[in-house]
Order: sequence, then C-alpha cells, then structure tokens
Amino acid sequence: MKKKILAAVMAATMVFSLVACGSSDAGSNAATGSADTGSAVADTASAGTTSADASGDLIKVGIINNDPNESGYRTANDKDMKETFTEANGYEASFAYSLKNDEQITAAQKFIQDGVDYLLLSAADTAGWDSVLKDAQDAGIRVILFDRTIDADESLYEASIVSDMAKEGQTAVDWLKSQNLSEYNIIHLQGVMGSAAQQGRTGALDDAAANDGFNLVTQQTAEWNAEKAQQIVQSVIDAGTPFNVIYAENDDMAKGAVAALDKANISHGVGKDVIVMGFDCNKWALEELKAGNWNYDGQCNPFQASYIDEIIKKLENGETISEKTVIMDEKGFDATTITQEDVDNYGI
Amino acid sequence: MSKEKTVEKQNKNFLSGLFRQQIFIPIAALIILAVFNLIADPSFFKITLGYNSAGDPVLSGYLMTILDYGSELAILAIGMTLVTAASGGQDISVGAAIAIAGSVILRVLCGTNSRPDTLQAPIIVAFLIACVVAMLFGAFNGVLVAYFKIQPMVATLILYTAGRSIAAWINNNELPIVSDPTFSYFGGFIPGIPIPTPFFIAAVCVLVIFLVLKFTTLGLYTQSVGINENSSKLNGLNPTFIKFLTFVILGLCVAVAALIKVSRLSSINYSVIAKDIEMDAILAVALGGNSLSGGKFNMAASILGAYVIQFLTTTLYKFDVQSDALPAYKAVVVILLVVLSTPKVREWLSAVGKKLKQSKTVKEVG
Repeated sequence: MKKKILAAVMAATMVFSLVACGSSDAGSNAATGSADTGSAVADTASAGTTSADASGDLIKVGIINNDPNESGYRTANDKDMKETFTEANGYEASFAYSLKNDEQITAAQKFIQDGVDYLLLSAADTAGWDSVLKDAQDAGIRVILFDRTIDADESLYEASIVSDMAKEGQTAVDWLKSQNLSEYNIIHLQGVMGSAAQQGRTGALDDAAANDGFNLVTQQTAEWNAEKAQQIVQSVIDAGTPFNVIYAENDDMAKGAVAALDKANISHGVGKDVIVMGFDCNKWALEELKAGNWNYDGQCNPFQASYIDEIIKKLENGETISEKTVIMDEKGFDATTITQEDVDNYGI
Repeated sequence: MSKEKTVEKQNKNFLSGLFRQQIFIPIAALIILAVFNLIADPSFFKITLGYNSAGDPVLSGYLMTILDYGSELAILAIGMTLVTAASGGQDISVGAAIAIAGSVILRVLCGTNSRPDTLQAPIIVAFLIACVVAMLFGAFNGVLVAYFKIQPMVATLILYTAGRSIAAWINNNELPIVSDPTFSYFGGFIPGIPIPTPFFIAAVCVLVIFLVLKFTTLGLYTQSVGINENSSKLNGLNPTFIKFLTFVILGLCVAVAALIKVSRLSSINYSVIAKDIEMDAILAVALGGNSLSGGKFNMAASILGAYVIQFLTTTLYKFDVQSDALPAYKAVVVILLVVLSTPKVREWLSAVGKKLKQSKTVKEVG
C-alpha cells in the first residue's frame, strides 16, 4: 500500500515539476533534466502498482463534514477547509455534508470508491465507523479525524485533531475563580445534552460547584438556542432569585441571556452586576466583549485545516506522526484585555 | 322569587352550555394550571413595574412573560387552525418558514453587509417583502396539498427539511445583526408602553381574523370543505382554492411571527430559531378542542390554547424542570387530549354524566 501512495506522490511531484517548468521560461536544459527524472519515477510508479491513479497530479482528499449551516463554528470551519484544500495548494478536494451519521458513512463509501488519497472526517456520531474505516484502510486511504472523535480503534486513523472541551471549560472556570467574587450565584445554560462541548464545558463548572462553593442558581439546557436561553433567564429573573454570573456554553445562549437582562434592567459586563461568559468566539461576541458588555469568551478553535495540511505534508514525506491526538491551541478572552487584533484574528 | 329562579336556571344552562362548548377545554386547562401555580407559589401572579436598560417602563412577572412569549404561538395558531380545518392535516414547516422569513427580513435590512450601522431599508419594507416570501412558500405548500392532493404533513415535510438551508443561503450563511434600536421594539417594548409589543401584534392579528371570520365567508367555507369536500364542491365552492388560501394565510402568520422572533434578539440562528414551534402550534389547535382531522373549528379556543401552552412552558421553567424534558410534558398533554376526544371516551363520559344527573333527580324526588 505504501508503495502505491509513494508512487502516486512521486508521479505528482513529477507532473508538478513539469508544470512549473512549462509556465516559467526557465532554461530548457533544466526542463529536460527534471523531465527525465520524472519519467524514471513514473516508470517505477507503473511498475509498482497495477492501478496507478491517472489523476495523480493532485492529492485527492475527501472531506466529510457537518452541515455548515449548523453553527457559526461550522461555517468558519468549512470556510477554512475550502480555503486550505485548493488546487493552488496541491489538493483536489471533494466535500460531503450531513448531520446524519448514516449519510456521512454513505459519503465515505463513495469517497473510497472514488479512490481518494485522504479521508478527512468530522463525524456526526461517534459510533458505527469501524467497518467503513477498515474498508478505507484496505484501499490504502488514510483517515484523519477533525473536530470530532469516534469510537474506533486508533489504528484505523492517522491522526485526530480536536478541541479539548474539558480544557476549555477549565480555562473558563479558572478565569471565573480569578475574579474573586464574594459569592458565585451562577445561571448555567447548557448546550444540547450529551454533546462533547456540553460535557466538557459543564464538567469543569460542576467540579467547581462541588469543590469551590459555586452556587448554581439554575442549570438548564437551552440547546444552543438563544430564545430558550432568554426564557430560562427570564424565568429566574421573574422568580426574583439573585444571581451574578451567566455561564453560557455558547455565544448564542449568552446573547439570549443578555436580552433578558436588558429587559429587566440588570447591568452586565465589566464592573457591572452580572458577569456574562460565552464560548466559541463569534466575531460579534468578541465585539460585545470589547465594548465591555460581556466579560469572557472561550475559544473553540475551528481552524483545523492548517493542522491537517501539516500532517498530510508530513505523511507525504514519509514521516510518521508521533502523537495521534492533536489538541489545538485555544484561548480565553477577557473583556479587559481584548484588543481589536484579537477580534479580527480569532472572531469567526 | 321566580325571577331569581329563572336567573339561576339561566346560570345553570349557561354553565352546562359552557361544559359542552369547545372553548371549555382550554379554559379548564388554564384554570387547572392557574390553581396549581396559586397553591404552589402565589408569587407566580405578581406583576411589577420596572424599567429596562433603555430606561423605559416595563411590566415584568411570569404573567407578562406568558403574554410576551405566547404571542408568536397565538399568531401561528390562527393560521394553523385554518389549515387544519380546511385540509384535515397540519403544516409542519412553520418553524423552517419562520427561519426563511426572518432571514429575508435581515437580508433586506442589512443588505450585503452583515453588520451595518444604519438600516439599508425601512423596516416596513423588509416586513412586507418577508410577508410576500412567506406567502409564496405557503403557496408552495398549498399547491402541493390542494392541487396535487399530497398529504399535508408529507407535503410540508419538504420545506421542513429544506427551509433552514434556504434561510442560511439567503444570507450567504452569515448571521447579520441589526443594530438599530427601533427594530427591537417589535419583540420588546415600545418606549413608554409597559406591555410587551408582541402582545399588541397578536391582538391586532386576532382582531383582524375575527373581523374576517365575521364579515366574510372564509370560516364557513373552510369548515364545509373540511367536513365534506365533495358536497361543498357540489354546492358551488372551490375546495382546491380554499385549501390553497388557508396555506397562504398561514404564510402571512409566519411572516408576522418571524418579525417578532427576529426582533427579540436583532438576529437569528437559522438552525435553531423557532425550533419545534410547529409542534406547539399544532398542540394549540388540539388544545383548543379542534378536530385535527379537519372540519369545524373554534378560533378563539385555538388562540387561548396557544397561551395555555406558553403558560405550561413558563410554569415548567419556573419549577426548574429540565428544559429538554419539556416536550415530554407537552406529549402527556397531547395524549390526554387525544384520548379524551376519542368517541369511545366521550360516550363513556356522557354516560357517566347521565348517571350523575339521574341520581340527582332521584334524590330530589326522594
């Protein structure tokens, strides 16, 4: 299998060098020189495999992602993928989108039949991927997971590039602790129950509630939904229960919560009555942060493409990947220190 | 003496009449919920006058929250009742259609810039365009149901699946935010008026539909089409057109609801805005005692049903019921309603009622 890939890669480099020479008016000697080595490589390629890929000029990647409409995160992620895996960068990318696992698996099977070199996968669900990934392995296709992990044997994929949601939650809770409030009465707005982001971000706060005396006034799932968040916070306000922190597991829910606060004339933001915390670093959320209306926003890095690109380059060069799980750098932004640059660079 | 007696008798008649009236069901549900809250925590009914962060007076409290958030549902219930009555089925695409109409409003207000400082078009223009678009999508559903005779749920399933993607596509997948404060009046408060605007919008819609039902034949025609399509055809009605018309009216309701929804947060998220609202709207119709298989309907009962559902939702939130469990509670209500409305249970109930009456008269005689 390795031979086949190597052959394809060599063929690719050959064609590249030809193209490069053709377009630039370099010395004809050099051109023929590289063409010679190229044809030699091409020979080994056809000798080494029976079904050498005809279109071996570009690295073929099949990208299976969730629907970009799902969230701002996904939109940014998809855009990043599309910008990185271009023909100019040496890739021939095909995309398939679905929020349903079975449709994603069907797409993966199609990509395997098409003979892609790499399968990039952000799985809708963790289960059910074993057999299709085995098929991919048998066909010599390398699999790289991004954003979502799956319940499958590690040998079935080359690498997995993920966010550490628990760490995101921990960073946020540490920041909250560092505010040294005299008491912590927190409205906790959770994401869709059971999602990795919800579990990670809830876990850290639950620990703090158990160990540091944080009081959770209410802990409810608003299912990433701003309207639901607004109603939940409205309900707490109507009940007259005092609170001074809103810990929303994404920006949309924080926005909904703030709408409810505004209606009740409860001040929020830097140096105000209620601390507002969000996640995902949407651009508009970071702007709120910069205006001092919110206090904290935790990043959930959607820019995995450069990491994947790096890994593919390494694999193409025959290097091995030492660490299967790559955890991306993620920041947390404080309203008092955020700069316009941060908003531009990290806003999604 | 005798006069008093007749009054008493009238009262009795009125009461038993009420029992038989359709609107009794939502009223009973409302009373049960209200009594439950009164016993559990009387502060539920407290309304306070405060000021919002813009410095305008606002009334707040659970009851105001119900009036506020129940309004979109009431508006949708109007359209859903008509669709149900005429076609004998329900439109399950209203949530997705709200996403589309909301997206159109944002698109018109913001233009191509997703974060404009000033509005690119007057709000009324944006709203009217959204109305047209929503009615077109309603017409699409209507054509499928009325002309191609597809089951309403199946026909509207198309838009239910595709609608949110269309909404995202309208705005190039961006999420524009309207910064103009006047836009937030529709989902919030008009300065100086302490009652939430959505309630006024709903009131206007209710008024309009009652005038329409009173002064036009729409109500009569939809009911006759729903009861028996063939005989209404023989009587010179055009069932196809009437069914089509109800879907277009629902489209208009959707646009109004979308305006409120978008205005609440000055932005929307296509994938979650008005999520599952179709189920609540259908439930409102059912709670109003209307037959879900078409025919006769009672508009007032549906509208009251919508507020009862919001009452239930708010009550559940108040008691810190896990919000992902809310649909389960609503499901219990649906099951109860559906079971109660089956002929078998009705027969049994009326038999029990007769027995009670008999024993009463026996006692009086004895």
